[in-house]
Amino acid sequence: MLFEEFDPLKGEMLQILDKDGKIVDDKLIPKIKKDTLLKMYKTMVLGRIADDKAVQFQRQGRMLTYAPNHGQEAAQLGSIAAMEDKDWLVLAFRELNAMLYKGVTLKQSFLYWLGNEWGAHYDEGVNVLPVNVPIGSQISHAAGLAYASKLKETGEAAIVYIGDGGTSHGEFHEGMNFASAYKLPVIIVIQNNQYAISTPREKTINSKTLAQKAVSYGIPGIQVDGNDPLAMYLATEKARERAAQGEGPTLIEAVTYRMGAHTTSDNPKLYREDSEVEEWEEKDPLKRFKKYMIGKKYWSEKKDEELHKSSKKEVLDTFKEVENSGLVDLEDIFKYTYETMTPELKKQMKEYKEYLDEEGAE
Amino acid sequence: MAVKTILQAINDALDQAMEKDESVVVYGEDVGFEGGVFRATAGLQKKYGEKRVFDTPIAEAGIVGSAIGMAINGLKPVVEMQFSGFSLPGYNQIVAHAARFRNRSRGKYNLPMVVRMPYGGGVRALEHHSESLETLYAHIPGLKLVIPSTPYDAKGLTMAAINHPDPVIIMEPKRIYRAFKQDIPDEAYEVEIGKARMVKEGKDITIIAWGALVREVEKAMKKVEGVDAEIIDLRTIAPMDTETIIESVKKTGRVLVVHEAVKSFGPAAEIVSRINEEAFFYLEAAPKRLTGFDVTVPLPKGEEHFIIKPERIAYEVKKLMAQKA
Repeated sequence: MLFEEFDPLKGEMLQILDKDGKIVDDKLIPKIKKDTLLKMYKTMVLGRIADDKAVQFQRQGRMLTYAPNHGQEAAQLGSIAAMEDKDWLVLAFRELNAMLYKGVTLKQSFLYWLGNEWGAHYDEGVNVLPVNVPIGSQISHAAGLAYASKLKETGEAAIVYIGDGGTSHGEFHEGMNFASAYKLPVIIVIQNNQYAISTPREKTINSKTLAQKAVSYGIPGIQVDGNDPLAMYLATEKARERAAQGEGPTLIEAVTYRMGAHTTSDNPKLYREDSEVEEWEEKDPLKRFKKYMIGKKYWSEKKDEELHKSSKKEVLDTFKEVENSGLVDLEDIFKYTYETMTPELKKQMKEYKEYLDEEGAE
Repeated sequence: MAVKTILQAINDALDQAMEKDESVVVYGEDVGFEGGVFRATAGLQKKYGEKRVFDTPIAEAGIVGSAIGMAINGLKPVVEMQFSGFSLPGYNQIVAHAARFRNRSRGKYNLPMVVRMPYGGGVRALEHHSESLETLYAHIPGLKLVIPSTPYDAKGLTMAAINHPDPVIIMEPKRIYRAFKQDIPDEAYEVEIGKARMVKEGKDITIIAWGALVREVEKAMKKVEGVDAEIIDLRTIAPMDTETIIESVKKTGRVLVVHEAVKSFGPAAEIVSRINEEAFFYLEAAPKRLTGFDVTVPLPKGEEHFIIKPERIAYEVKKLMAQKA
């Protein structure tokens, strides 16, 4: 029903909570448990602070290249919260909030962005694939995960994120087609943040919406206000129901905006107007979510102040710990390429160690 | 025991692996209903159903990418690239992901998956159907590459690859898919990945080959009198059985590496380098490479010149034997 009502080809976009935190349509409000809403909100605050701090640390030379999330929190949290614990999360690389919600620790995330593979060694039972750098190549991974769960009848689904730029990639098509051909339980969320690094979405994609790409795969696609956590939740919940019923994948286009840079290595002021950024500042997901939570009496200014304080402390303490965690063990560089090191690899490691020993190098 | 071709041996391995282990799935372009363009997977869909043996879209990246997801989520996918020349759209998935997931996740995710691909020339085919792309795969950390040359090894290596904890590429020499038969065991068995096969011991010269060229070397040596060659079928290109090669060269002092892949930056360059590093002072003649030319494999009207024949192998052996240090 929802997917028929909000047809991207008719220019419909799902929104429940407007930019001022007001309910647009009562009937659409999804039933979300209080605990879930609180977890979403708390993760959003932590994610926002961690993200802003990561950028700040990078400017101070304490962090390496980082891909900021600021502005895209609801697109991630609204969707991931509608998934089940057993489900798989397949990342692009701008999904800090979804990762935190799903059980990746802040420490692991900082560790990863500070250049340590152990940051992608998530805890047992945390069904999250590591950050996927090559654009668009992760959709088929989600399809494979979902194929396995369908074959094994485990009831798991997979949610996979991609950017607007990623939809131009050939691998996007192959992954989408694979997921739809076998009716796999996959939910594809496009975080349409309007830019592929410096290139505006309109310059490289002629279709009016990204959601309408679903039509060619014979699956529903919906355009959602990506800064509205309730709308994202509702769309994902319905997509998850489709997955559970064996109806196959659903494409969700979250219309959002990256407030910061693509990564810390670019300067968005070169390709974006300040007025455009200001306009999106008005649509900030955190502001409207906070209003909603306070309006529901689930939250208060006082609690919010405390949460900001404790989250900031958590971020600073965690970063300090990670920052001081040092280099990886030499053997780790060699040990994880194969289950068992090949004779040649053993030899290379041995020779390098001999060099270190003989030269007294570190 | 039963007499089987390489194709039948591969089919045998897939069949037995699927029978024993429910997590094994087999798929690719035309792999299910038709049983593959070469029939390597014939009969499997009928026996194990469409969920475990299926036809895919013509989408090599999607095939390999989905196999990665399946392997992470508890399956053992065995996928087919219809020809190695068409594996390139899937190359990004193999190199950027399949080879790296274990390291990327520091051991949380490993990928027990197999990518099979017929390779090599000599079958009078269209463009892109005759390539020998060993280097592309052997060069990548995290991958293993095996190439059987006999029905016995085809079954044993396929079985070993399926049971292997890391991704394995199998290049199958399609020219000899049906060329000869061999009596092989009915029961399941593995041929160890990373171990070369001593085809024939000898003391005068070491000849290293794999795939369809092993038999060509054997034929060649029947034409050369008075030379006692040691013939090694490498059968795993990566990781290479350096020990067997070095031991042999230390004994013979002469070495010829024969492969169909083009010469520059090819596997023979790596083999000769290892020999130089570890057996340099045992050499009695400069190591020699007999390989494909650095050209696109010619279409059938010119392919005759590209394919390495026993006569040419014999010619190079005689020249090498005549060299004095």
